[in-house]
Amino acid sequence: MLLPPELSVSLRVERPMLPVQPCTPPRAPFCFSPSRLRFHRQHEFFEDGDIHRHLYLQDILTNVTEVTERSKVSEFCCHIVGCCQVFDTLEGYEHHYNTLHRNMCSFCKRSFPSVHLLDTHILEWHDSLFQIMAEKQKMYQCLVEGCAEKFKSSKDRKDHLVKVHLYPSDFRFDKPKKAKSSTKHSKPPSKLDMSMPMDVNVETYEQSQVDSMEICPSESMENPTQPVSGPISSLQEKKLYKSRIPSTICFGQGASRGFKSMKKKV
Amino acid sequence: MWSRRSCRYRPDASGLEELRARRREQESALRKARRQQQLVSKRLLREDSLVNGDGQAGVEIASEPLSEQEILQLLRDVQRGTEERKKLLSRLRQGLQHKECQQKFVRLEGSMRVLIGLFTSSLANVQMEAARCLHELSHSSDPSVAEACLPATSYLLTYLSGHSVEFTELCLYTLGNLAVESDAVRKQLLPQGIIPALTSCIQSPHMAVLEGLGYVLSQLLQAREAPTKIIPLVLDSVLPQHMLRLVSSNLELGMGVAVEFAWCLHYIVCSHVNNALLISQGIVSTLVLLLLELASMISKAATEGLELLICPVLRCLSNLLAEDETEVCKVQIQDERLLVALFLFMQYFLQQHPFLVQECLWLLNNLTADEPIFCSAVLTLDLLPALLQLLSCSRMVTLLAVDDFLRQAGLQALEQHQDNPQLQERVRALSETYLQPAAASLISCADASAAVLTSS
Repeated sequence: MLLPPELSVSLRVERPMLPVQPCTPPRAPFCFSPSRLRFHRQHEFFEDGDIHRHLYLQDILTNVTEVTERSKVSEFCCHIVGCCQVFDTLEGYEHHYNTLHRNMCSFCKRSFPSVHLLDTHILEWHDSLFQIMAEKQKMYQCLVEGCAEKFKSSKDRKDHLVKVHLYPSDFRFDKPKKAKSSTKHSKPPSKLDMSMPMDVNVETYEQSQVDSMEICPSESMENPTQPVSGPISSLQEKKLYKSRIPSTICFGQGASRGFKSMKKKV
Repeated sequence: MWSRRSCRYRPDASGLEELRARRREQESALRKARRQQQLVSKRLLREDSLVNGDGQAGVEIASEPLSEQEILQLLRDVQRGTEERKKLLSRLRQGLQHKECQQKFVRLEGSMRVLIGLFTSSLANVQMEAARCLHELSHSSDPSVAEACLPATSYLLTYLSGHSVEFTELCLYTLGNLAVESDAVRKQLLPQGIIPALTSCIQSPHMAVLEGLGYVLSQLLQAREAPTKIIPLVLDSVLPQHMLRLVSSNLELGMGVAVEFAWCLHYIVCSHVNNALLISQGIVSTLVLLLLELASMISKAATEGLELLICPVLRCLSNLLAEDETEVCKVQIQDERLLVALFLFMQYFLQQHPFLVQECLWLLNNLTADEPIFCSAVLTLDLLPALLQLLSCSRMVTLLAVDDFLRQAGLQALEQHQDNPQLQERVRALSETYLQPAAASLISCADASAAVLTSS
């Protein structure tokens, strides 16, 4: 194309802004007046570009870039007391740490997939005031982030989760506080043993008590402890607010809360 | 996905021809799908694209598909933990790369329940492998397979607030694949709180997570019911501000994130739901500055895939400029460097990606329509010869370039440059070309196309 030389230089030069002028009516002899064109999403004008985008999604575009190699390090152990898992990649350790140790209740050592669920657990399990207040007002908050509804009971909340949020009725992270022993159902024989508990956390399958809203650390072979009950001293109440690991604790570099450096490895 | 565009198989001459034929086939299938308004694509994250010893990227070595009995045995063994679970799940995952195997799996009673149980376990590596299995299922072209993954969505959303980059990324791509599958899936995802989940996830600093998130959003926003059901929810949240931030960030580190969010913005803007809101959040200046930056990147070094980012940005700006004046203040762009950027794009992409030229010309039309100032800028920057050159390229190009320029705005601009004989000469040449008999047929086509365009 016949572009003037050094055109790209003018990109970097500060130019005065163009003045805004009112528009003028169309003049003869042209019958079309200039107009800004607007295309809706399905317009055929967009076809070529959309195809290009979808080819990219399907990865048919044959472009070559470097694969960032997984950094292997010599084997090391998880440093949390009591956990003896071993890793040879940072990503493996990061995932393990996030699954088991990050959102952990320091009262009962249970860990949760998110801060929201951990907070809900602490409130409902380890706060004696909660039970008292729950008799008078709606205290059970909805588990879905962004939903501000509260309920009188755990069951009401579950009904809400199932009806409004279309959650499964056996949602793993919403079991009632009292640990129930699961009975062996008499189900029609199926090829897979359906009475076996779904989770693979605990090593012994005879123990069929499923704890509510938690992920049992598999290393500790303990039975799930009963929630703390009874009179709680003011000292323990204060502990309540320190029972989760502060968000300022993180490992690795800078603002990222993981272990990967932000810089791309070449 | 940008960082994962792994070393692709570099074939020899015969292989190249095969590859081209395959690409042509896929392209025509996509075109057909788009014309039926059924354009759906999914992404696959697969770790098996290994680099072999001799440095040549492996074509994915698919293992043998599994029989129903084998799948059953694998699941039983995993439940009992007789062998190392991760290895068993790995084997399952490889089997699930095959469509028949996927179909067999979902038809087995209880199989999904077991898989979801593994997916929610506390053993990190088991969880990861189960997630990969789910991901393979989500990518299936068989709708019944993908819909069998529905019970997992509440967990996928719960895990979005986690911190493991790789795991979160996998969950996001799985969700994105499921979201594009059907109405039924989206009818479940929305009440389950996918928008709030994405809103908290978008604050992650990790590029891989952000790119995955952009992918999920783009799939949601492409849905047929998006203008009525999904876009209003997105506009109500803080997602648009984050999108504007992310569309112009981290371009040196990899453009994957920006590409995804640029397409998200395009789907929102071209649905014309509430563009006034986006305009008030500064979308126009953000995108103009982005285009200027991309244009300066072109002159420095060749950047692969730049057109994937430029295309949606051009479309956004063009549609925003054409916003109905009665509803919102007329959008005014005052930076004439944008013209420079547009012409640089057209020059760079004319050979490789001509579709981008027509998109640039659309923006040029919307910039100069009834704007003698911009037309004047075109003349002052000496961009007219390039425009004349484009006349010979194609019908669409002719339509937009000539119609745009020979309208009265062009004439007005010409009047302001009476003392420049060269410019006068060039415009005369342009109008003569337009009026030549050879161009008559083109003009009639142009008239017809213009009528279609103006009325659409």
